[in-house]
This record gives sequence, C-alpha cells and structure tokens, in this order.
Amino acid sequence: MKPAWIIAKRELNAYFDSLIAYFIIVLFLAFSGFFTWLAGNGDIFFRKQADLNVFFGVAKWTLFFFIPALTMRQLAEEKKTGTIELLLTKAVTDRQVVLGKFLSCFLMVAITLALTLPYYITITYLGKVDHGAIWSGYLGLLLLSAAYISIGLFASSITSNQIVAFLLALSIGIFFQFLFEVIAGGMTGFIGELFSTLSLSMHFESISRGVIDSKDLIYFLSIVVLGLYLSEISISKR
Amino acid sequence: MDILIQHLNKSYGPQKAVDDISFEVKTGEILGFLGPNGAGKTTTMKMITGYLPMDLGDVLIGGQSVKTGALKKQIGYLPENNPLYLDMPVMDYLAFCAAIQGVPHSAIANRVLDMVQVCGLGAEKHKRIRELSKGYRQRVGLAQAMIHDPAVLILDEPTTGLDPNQIVEIRELIRKLGQEKTVILSTHILPEVEATCDRILIINKGKIVADGAPATLRKQAQGRQVLQIRLEDAGVEDARQALANLPGVSAVEISNPSELRFDVQSHPEHLSNREIFELCVQRKWILAEMIPLETKLEDVFRDLTVN
Repeated sequence: MKPAWIIAKRELNAYFDSLIAYFIIVLFLAFSGFFTWLAGNGDIFFRKQADLNVFFGVAKWTLFFFIPALTMRQLAEEKKTGTIELLLTKAVTDRQVVLGKFLSCFLMVAITLALTLPYYITITYLGKVDHGAIWSGYLGLLLLSAAYISIGLFASSITSNQIVAFLLALSIGIFFQFLFEVIAGGMTGFIGELFSTLSLSMHFESISRGVIDSKDLIYFLSIVVLGLYLSEISISKR
Repeated sequence: MDILIQHLNKSYGPQKAVDDISFEVKTGEILGFLGPNGAGKTTTMKMITGYLPMDLGDVLIGGQSVKTGALKKQIGYLPENNPLYLDMPVMDYLAFCAAIQGVPHSAIANRVLDMVQVCGLGAEKHKRIRELSKGYRQRVGLAQAMIHDPAVLILDEPTTGLDPNQIVEIRELIRKLGQEKTVILSTHILPEVEATCDRILIINKGKIVADGAPATLRKQAQGRQVLQIRLEDAGVEDARQALANLPGVSAVEISNPSELRFDVQSHPEHLSNREIFELCVQRKWILAEMIPLETKLEDVFRDLTVN
C-alpha cells in the first residue's frame, strides 16, 4: 500500500501547490459558514438548538458540488497529458493508483471538514450538545464524501476531458443525492423500497441524526468499492 | 538482464501494429530500434514495459514475464513525448519517482542528487518542470527513467529536442549505462544509432526487416566494392579503357572528365585497390585519390522500408 500513499501525498501537495486547495477550502467555509451562522431564516440562532444539523444539511450540498471539482482532474488530466503512462509503468498497480487518488481527495475533504470544528466548539458554549450526534454527523459527511469521490474518480477515469468528468460526476451524483429519493416517493412496493434504499440522502440523514446503522455503512462502502473498482477497470483498458 | 521477446502481436482493430516480432537483447547490449513512422516501434516498447497488453506472445526479462507486473522495478522507461508533471519542481518530481519505484527512504536524496548531476540538471533543479526548455525536460525524463538504477532501460526517442552538445553528452551517458544494463532505444536519427548502438533492429509495418550490427548491415546492403578514384597525368578515355580491362573491375564510370575522376565498381566479393594501384604505377599515372564509397545506413534503411 506504500505506493498508494506516495501517490496520495503527491496529489495532496499538488492541490496545495496549485491553490485549488485554498480556493476550495475558502469557498466551502464561506458557504457553510454563511448558511450555518448568518443566513437569518433557518440558521442556528433562528432554530435555537445547539446542534449542527443546519451545517450538515448545507455541507451535503456544497460537498456534492465541490467534490467533482476535486476529482475531475485526477485521472482525466493524466490521460490527456500522457503522464498516466509514466505512472503506470512505475512499480505500482492500477489499483494502487486509483486508491492513491482516492486517498488524496478524501484527505483534502477531511482537512476541509476539520476546519469546521470551531463550529462544534462554538455550539458547546451555546447550549447542551448531543456530542454523539455531532460526531456521527461528521462521520456521515465523510462517508458521503467518500461515495462522491469514488463516483468522481470513475467519471474522471472514462474521459480525458476535465469538464466532461466534472459534469458526468455531477449527473451520476444527482441520482444518489436527489433523484432516487424523488423516484422512490412516486413508487410503492418493492420498486419504491429499492429506490429509497439507493438514495444516498436517506442514508446520510439517518447517520447524521446520530443513528449509526450497519446497513448505512455497508451502503456507503459499497458505492466506494464499486466506484473504485470501475475506475480501476477503466484505466486498465488501454 | 536479458530481454527475450517471443512472437509479439498487437492489433488496433483490423490494423496489425506489431506482427509476430521475436528477438533477444543481451545484458550490456544497446539495441537501436529503427523504423518509419507507424512501424510499430512505440507499440513494441510499450508492450515491453508492460503498459500495453499484448494480443499474443510474451516478453521475458531475466526469464520472467512482464505480464506479472513484478518486473516494473527493473525497468526504466522514457515514453515518446516525455510526459511529466509540469507543476512539480524538478527535485520533488525525481524524489517522487524514486519513492514510487521503491528506492529506500534514506537513499532517495542521494539518488536525486546523483541524477541531477549525471543529467546535468544542476542549474535547473529548483525550477518547476513547466519552466524548463524542451532539452532540459528531456533530461528530467531520462533522470526519472534511471533514478531507481534499473537493469533495463527502454528509451523512446531519447535525444529529441536536445542541442548537438547535449546529444553527444546523452549518447555518451547511454553508452556508459549500456555497459552493464540492457538498453533498447528508438530513434529516427540514423547517425545516432551508429554512434550509440551495438545492434540495430529495423522494423517496417510491424515486422522485423533487418537485425545486426550497423557495420554488418551496411556490408550486407553493399555487396560489392565501389571506389572513387582521381588520376593525374592520364587521358580520360585511355584511363577508362585500362581500368575497365582490369580483371577485378566490373564497371567504370567517368564522374568528372576534367578532374579525371572515376567511379570503379568491383565484381562481387572482390577488392580491386591493388590492381588499380599497379596499373597506375605501370602507366606512370599519379593516383591522387582513392576513396571507398560506403553504403550509408540511410540507404540501407530506405531500401528496407520503402516499398
């Protein structure tokens, strides 16, 4: 696994080197900070509850848009410039490359989320906090990010155009984020159940309410594994 | 490590890029891979590195198949267009390549400095690769290929974009490396092959059309000796007649009557230097020049690949 880690470190450095990282962090904090603390109608002060549910709800959408922006260049750019050839002829397997790329995006998101921990500290001063619910909310965000990163990597692995990769990641993502839930709402019986199970939002909400169910964990992990597996297959075709 | 290529085949759709190629490269040998554009050089090299899967056949390095992927640490590869991470500083990039090729952590810094020195990157080492000229990027490409001290070097057009001084340096470097490593390099520049390679492999339309040392190939193509001579104190027609009557000579051509220049072709497997000299002594002609005309590698190449 060492090569995957070396790749992850390089990618993470590339994010911070090219200012993409700072741009993403600042935008993310600006969005989530505004809606969590300042938006007036619907923010924490309006609800008068010492929890971060508002933040989790906003972060779910900001991450949905930001993660494809992180993942789009990962494999697409390497394919476009040909560096993928150089990378894959080094002592790494296709799988290690995909894992390394995944890890770098995941760490990038984790760093961004870690910077929102002052929100947590702030609300502990504002009232009685359900610490379990906060941590499981963060866990939910990390799992959701992992799922979208693997979808984004897959999108990036099948094209050499970053814009296509970005839009593709969003259009696959929108089903999990939103559409499966809508479809489930209009269906009954088995099909309704199926789509409701597929909806990422449903699983995310159950975790961010503080209930960590193995079903939800398995759901997120299977999206991650499937996404990474498909990316691996896609880069092994050459 | 020896490289053994057995019945390599690769098609892109209906087009056969590599058609049943087999050859062997021994340790300490520098093999020059020649061929017109689209002959299958790059495809073959990509298959040797294990990057492209082969349709049929196998590549064995040190007796082990590249299909297992276990040999990657033994191979240093410089791809055709020298793709590099342009945003990275040279030193960081080389350190990354060393780390990923499994160079122990404690040895990385030294290896990077070695490569910077060997490839003459000293003045540019802190720049980002994007800021380097093409020649310096090529040096970075060579440095990354050699950073883990591989037993096998696969270099796809290693000297493109280099200035003449750099080309000489890189050739010397390759020659030096070739003493203990197995090197396969492809190129369009024919003098380069003669200067660097022990052996030449010419491929055309996915097939091997020639294989041998540069000198051998030239001799094969030549077949018969051609001498360019210049005489003094002789009559044009007289000299032509006398030369043509020599037993070893098959044809005489007057290339410049006023300067008394002739092209003399010998019979196959026959050398006529001595006969010409003796004729001149006998007739009291001055033999001012006698130059053996060699078939150039260019001619060999053209003969084999144009059809």
